Amino acid sequence: MRAQPRDTGREEAALEASLAAVWSSRPGLLGWLTTVDHKAIGRRYIVTAFLFLALGGVLALLMRWQLAQPEGRLLGPDRYNQVFTMHGTTMMFLFAVPVMEAMGVYLVPLMVGTRNIAFPRLNAFSYWVYLFGGALLWIAFLLDMAPDVGWFAYVPLAGPQYGPGKRADIWAQMITFTEVSALAVAVGLVVTVFKQRAPGMSLDRIPLFVWAMLVTSFVVILAMPSIVLASTALILDRLVGTQFFNPAAGGDVLLWQHLFWFFGHPEVYIIFIPAVGMVSTILATFCRRPVFGYLAMVLALVGTGLLAFGLWVHHMFTTGLPRLGESFFTASSMAIAVPSGLQIFCWLATLWGARPRLTVPMLYVLAFLFTFVLGGMTGVMVASVPLDTQLHDSFFVVAHFHYVLVGGAVFPLLGAIHYWYPKLTGRLMEERLGRWAWGLVFGGFNLAFFPMHLLGLWGMPRRVYTYPPELPWGGLNLFSSLSAALLAAGFLLFFWNAWRSARHGEAAGPDPWGAGTLEWATSSPPPPWNFTRIPVVEGADPLRDSPDALKVAAGLRLDRRELLLTSVMAAEPEARESSPRDSVWPLLAAIATTAMLIWSIFTPWAVVWGAIPVAATLIFWFWPRGTPEDES
Amino acid sequence: MNGAAQSALAPGGAEAAAILSLFWPVTALLGAIWLAVLLVLALGLWRRPGAAPRRAGLAVGAATAGTVLVVIGLTLASYLVTRPLSAAAEAPLVVQVQGRQWWWQVTYPAEGDAPGFTTANELRLPLGRPVRLELAAADVIHSFWVPNLAGKQDMIPGRDNALLLTPRQAGIFRAQCAEFCGMQHARMALPVVVQPAAEFARWRAGQAAPAAAEALAVAGRQVFESRQCSACHTVRGSEAAGSTGPDLTHLASRETLGAGLLPMTRGALAAWTADPQTLKPGNNMPLVPLTADELQALTEFLALLR
Amino acid sequence: MKARIVADLSELPTSGPRGSGPTWWGNLAFMLIEGMGFALGIGVYLYLATVAPDWPPAPPPELAAGTGVALVLLLSLIPNALLARWAKAQDLRRIRLGLLVMLGISVLPLALRVLEFQAFHVRWDESAYGSIVWVLLGLHTTHLLADLVETAVLAALMFTRHADNPRRYGDVEDEVAYWVFIVATWLPVYACLYWAPRL
Repeated sequence: MRAQPRDTGREEAALEASLAAVWSSRPGLLGWLTTVDHKAIGRRYIVTAFLFLALGGVLALLMRWQLAQPEGRLLGPDRYNQVFTMHGTTMMFLFAVPVMEAMGVYLVPLMVGTRNIAFPRLNAFSYWVYLFGGALLWIAFLLDMAPDVGWFAYVPLAGPQYGPGKRADIWAQMITFTEVSALAVAVGLVVTVFKQRAPGMSLDRIPLFVWAMLVTSFVVILAMPSIVLASTALILDRLVGTQFFNPAAGGDVLLWQHLFWFFGHPEVYIIFIPAVGMVSTILATFCRRPVFGYLAMVLALVGTGLLAFGLWVHHMFTTGLPRLGESFFTASSMAIAVPSGLQIFCWLATLWGARPRLTVPMLYVLAFLFTFVLGGMTGVMVASVPLDTQLHDSFFVVAHFHYVLVGGAVFPLLGAIHYWYPKLTGRLMEERLGRWAWGLVFGGFNLAFFPMHLLGLWGMPRRVYTYPPELPWGGLNLFSSLSAALLAAGFLLFFWNAWRSARHGEAAGPDPWGAGTLEWATSSPPPPWNFTRIPVVEGADPLRDSPDALKVAAGLRLDRRELLLTSVMAAEPEARESSPRDSVWPLLAAIATTAMLIWSIFTPWAVVWGAIPVAATLIFWFWPRGTPEDES
Repeated sequence: MNGAAQSALAPGGAEAAAILSLFWPVTALLGAIWLAVLLVLALGLWRRPGAAPRRAGLAVGAATAGTVLVVIGLTLASYLVTRPLSAAAEAPLVVQVQGRQWWWQVTYPAEGDAPGFTTANELRLPLGRPVRLELAAADVIHSFWVPNLAGKQDMIPGRDNALLLTPRQAGIFRAQCAEFCGMQHARMALPVVVQPAAEFARWRAGQAAPAAAEALAVAGRQVFESRQCSACHTVRGSEAAGSTGPDLTHLASRETLGAGLLPMTRGALAAWTADPQTLKPGNNMPLVPLTADELQALTEFLALLR
Repeated sequence: MKARIVADLSELPTSGPRGSGPTWWGNLAFMLIEGMGFALGIGVYLYLATVAPDWPPAPPPELAAGTGVALVLLLSLIPNALLARWAKAQDLRRIRLGLLVMLGISVLPLALRVLEFQAFHVRWDESAYGSIVWVLLGLHTTHLLADLVETAVLAALMFTRHADNPRRYGDVEDEVAYWVFIVATWLPVYACLYWAPRL
């Protein structure tokens, strides 16, 4: 005990040198493969997710090209069906959910003032599993083996009888990859928020984005088991002949839809709730005042998370379920408008007379309000059973959910990238390029997707690879496709800006926006240990509460990776806990898991034999090494 | 076929009209709310700088309460519109429609003196009489949707669904499969012909009869019976009694060929018979190699199946 | 930004509190995930039962093996509780003994489980009933197997130089909690599989 070096009374420079010695990853490839730093993992998570966004976007452009005119000839039916399946699957499972989790992985530990995420090795593992799952899907696509049954993979089309080959299996197994990784991140985030908050950050001082990630993580934990169960049942039906979805043997086709949407609807909120947290954060910074109605905002987040589990049936209004039950789900689906509305009203109150600086992040917030509220309105429409019987599975719904997902989640995300980019890279994104990109994205999106409402009302169903010329759909489709090019140009500009600014952007300094939350209390980008001393929080906006000097705590050890544990409610200091060192075992465990999962597409015995290397890597992962981190 | 033959905004039936009568007020109300939100946003941005509004709490509370009221109102309105849609009509015409990859089998059960029969890829309904469509699926999930007449209803293997509708306007509407059902989901349409009761009765009697005698007399009949055709298709009056493909007894009387793919012409019949896989890739009709003479004879036979 | 030191943490213990530390919460989160899996599995069973015209399509399962598993699991809670107490007391010798005993005990339900699969008179590919029975049994068996490996590794660890460390005692406590979870999940699964068809 006595010989342990402490940070108490040390000079800043000497302190940082000591922290660097224990917290830094090794240089070079090995360090890159073994790091457990939440910032390194979060950054590569974000970059990978945006790569998948770009790939999914290319698929969208292919579809728009194909549909620009009746009887388009760019894609045949088989390829088109793969393309729209890949587009949906990539955007939902490989972009939207991972990118939101990734933002949480990067930001939550910084915003709560700790040095690393809880279970950092699990966090590293989750990234590798996600990467390998995404690679599996895209390699299959390049080999013309991509799933062609839609991102929802309804049985019996995806079942053993009508989905021959391995396409649906690849889809189902890719699900397993992304669910494992999402669950792992969720667990890490929950525990980080519960136990690693800066001293004094009681529940009512947690930043709204952190609240949003906490609620999201719980939604992940409660929703994902459903899709894991569903995709397992699907694989078993296909591989070993179970009869879950075979009506001839007592199975049921709608069972799939219940399980899928019991996950699938919360999935939308898994994407949306973090975005809401981003909006609140950006608003508070540029309006230079806290978001109006903190408690109401938190309750709305929790309420949204709870309601998310009570409305899956509105995806099944046309399946012939009992009418009274459907009306219940109409009520619950529309009820989601209440917490959403409450948040919008609080944001409006925050904006009222605040004269916010109209920076690019702020512009994205305005675009969000314009677009998301419209998507919310059409959401109320599809929640109504009679209206939904006309709108369901038509292009109206395509328009609706793109308004909600792009307007409600991608716009805030793009704003968030601009907003936190200086923290990620140390540099600001170029403002003028950012404005151009914003204009193209916002304008292009609305021009491309608004006409689809009308196409749906004119009877155009979803998921068609072409349509005959005698139907009056050609004009609007062409308009939509041309506008999609604008949208794509906007994204190209955004990517170009992000790429360029990483090298040539203006240096940001620790807090370029004059923000109030803790991630801005450390340098940009933060050092591997995040905070040289753990900050102490006395209000909801710690940086604004004490603008001249950050209040911090001393007394942590310097010979091991150490961080502070605090109590769940009041965040009172409880213990100094170690944080695990870098390790190659998460990567090896992910490789073993990948081998087992891919192998099990072909034979059930893979689960038996493949479990052995998985278990072995896990044992090596957890076996103590006698480092100072293992001391108590 | 006119441009509004597949549109929810041009109702030709009671149910579609009822839904549309809910659609417009709801759209207007929600559109107004959207504009109001944007207006408040614009005003808020416009306002001179100042502290947060004094009565913001009240405003937010009132707006939220308003949201609750709107939600309750719309839920009730939607329930009230739903109820009559699923209420059983008296003595409806019952038609069984079965979705298949990628065509429709349509069966009219016997009713009174009128015998029952099975046809495909065309649905005819008498004007003004309530119809009960019994919807089923033979393979994967399909969804039956004639936007001009009613909302959609899924066809699900292992489950029996029904859709009630009452056509109020004569004409040809277009139904299209609305649930992704595989490779040719896009090419699974169904002309829905609404005609006056007397015309419908005439059509019905014609469809129930066996194939036309002049068709059964031509040489193409032997080609049809001796080649693979008869393994899958039925032509009542001939030896062909297959059941996996559409019944072709009165093929030439239909509006379209290949589930809405081509208008019914002699040329289309020849092209389809010669090479169905190019016209509708992946569909379940194999390419049957035929000599030019066989093809011509077969086309003549098919074109006579009125 | 300048920093002003307002608190000194050097007197705090150097590892998290057992029973509310990160590992405990992490363990709990995983139990929530897996518990949700069991709940949904039971949900699927009941759903299929309501959809099916007759349920179960096979004769009801023979009770002996499943009840045996339930009894063994319930009885195992006694040594499990003792192990928890010894872990709290940081009594290494007894912990070793307790882990070995638990290791032995956790083989029993696995042996009985083999008989269970036969007690249902149905194969997984015969009907949806067979499918959900096998999956529920399989899901719980996976937990038993995973815990067997975990207990074995932990027992081995307690015979190494890493053993005498409050962290290891904490690991033992987490393992004890996980076993309680495995016992607790079996009871509703048992009730569903063996008694629901008799209602």
